[in-house]
Amino acid sequence: MPKAAVLDPQGNAVRDAMRHLGMPEVRSVRIGKYMEIDVDGQNGDLEARLHGLCRDLLSNPVIEDYELQASEVRGSASAKATARQAEVRSE
Amino acid sequence: MKFAVIQFPGSNCDQDCLAAINGLEGLRAEYVWHKETSLDDFDAIVLPGGFAYGDYLRCGAIARFSPIMRAVVSDSRAGKLVLGTCNGFQVLCEAGLLPGALVRNRSLRFVCDMVTMRVEVDDSPFTHGCKKGALLRMPVAHGEGCFFADPETLRELNANRQVILRYSDRDGRIVPEANPNGSIENIAGICNREGNVFGLMPHPDRASDGRLGSADGAKIFRSMMQTIRASRRTTASERPAAARQVA
Repeated sequence: MPKAAVLDPQGNAVRDAMRHLGMPEVRSVRIGKYMEIDVDGQNGDLEARLHGLCRDLLSNPVIEDYELQASEVRGSASAKATARQAEVRSE
Repeated sequence: MKFAVIQFPGSNCDQDCLAAINGLEGLRAEYVWHKETSLDDFDAIVLPGGFAYGDYLRCGAIARFSPIMRAVVSDSRAGKLVLGTCNGFQVLCEAGLLPGALVRNRSLRFVCDMVTMRVEVDDSPFTHGCKKGALLRMPVAHGEGCFFADPETLRELNANRQVILRYSDRDGRIVPEANPNGSIENIAGICNREGNVFGLMPHPDRASDGRLGSADGAKIFRSMMQTIRASRRTTASERPAAARQVA
């Protein structure tokens, strides 16, 4: 997500459109990115490495905050039992 | 004197940069593919405009991991002049060689226009051919050129005289109407603290010949050339002294 101090003109445009379409209650809209990342295995340092890439590649800490949520993928027969799904909220 | 023009997949102003530099007497430019790993043969480095790696994720976010960027970082630390125009500026910010970031234009529109900039620092390696307060005309063409820096960074930029160019009107006034993208404090171009890395959103490469509507961009390249020459003269004048000692 863009940091609070960073102007988000996209969000403002959507906020105005929502108000225009009959929802004057909308106070603000901020637009970010949502990524789903499938990862094999669950090594001890997996999450730390993911955080590293969140900082270096997936988000720009100058203008964005990110949130990393890990969740198990419920396995079908073919799915790997250890597969994990990380949801990364960014931009 | 040889300048490197880095080509990323998706660069599209590489030819403009090459032509602009080669059109100046005393300068020669060569392409360097992003998979190269050394820039030892070059006196200066230019990161051109375009859409490196399709600008996917964020502008410049993937390009900064190209193999050549290691050489750009190490050479810049050694003091080599590095110029980033447009997408090149975005890559330099993503790489952490310049502070701040470039975000979507306040208007949400891609802006393609001729802009005027005021020279704020006239003794930088990139603008010492211009007087302080001089106005430069160059084109812009970008969707994400709104410069952002947090208040602390902004204070440092101003205190260290790192803001080299600001968008102004034709009378040199720094007004919101002259700001094409919503950049904070009308900032058009900044340098790093050491002064040898410079990025700007406008295109000096597309304004290096009067037939293009402006030749002001050539002043940037010429300033770089003069800076490099001057530093060589200093090095050369130290040499005879050393030779005398030996004699």
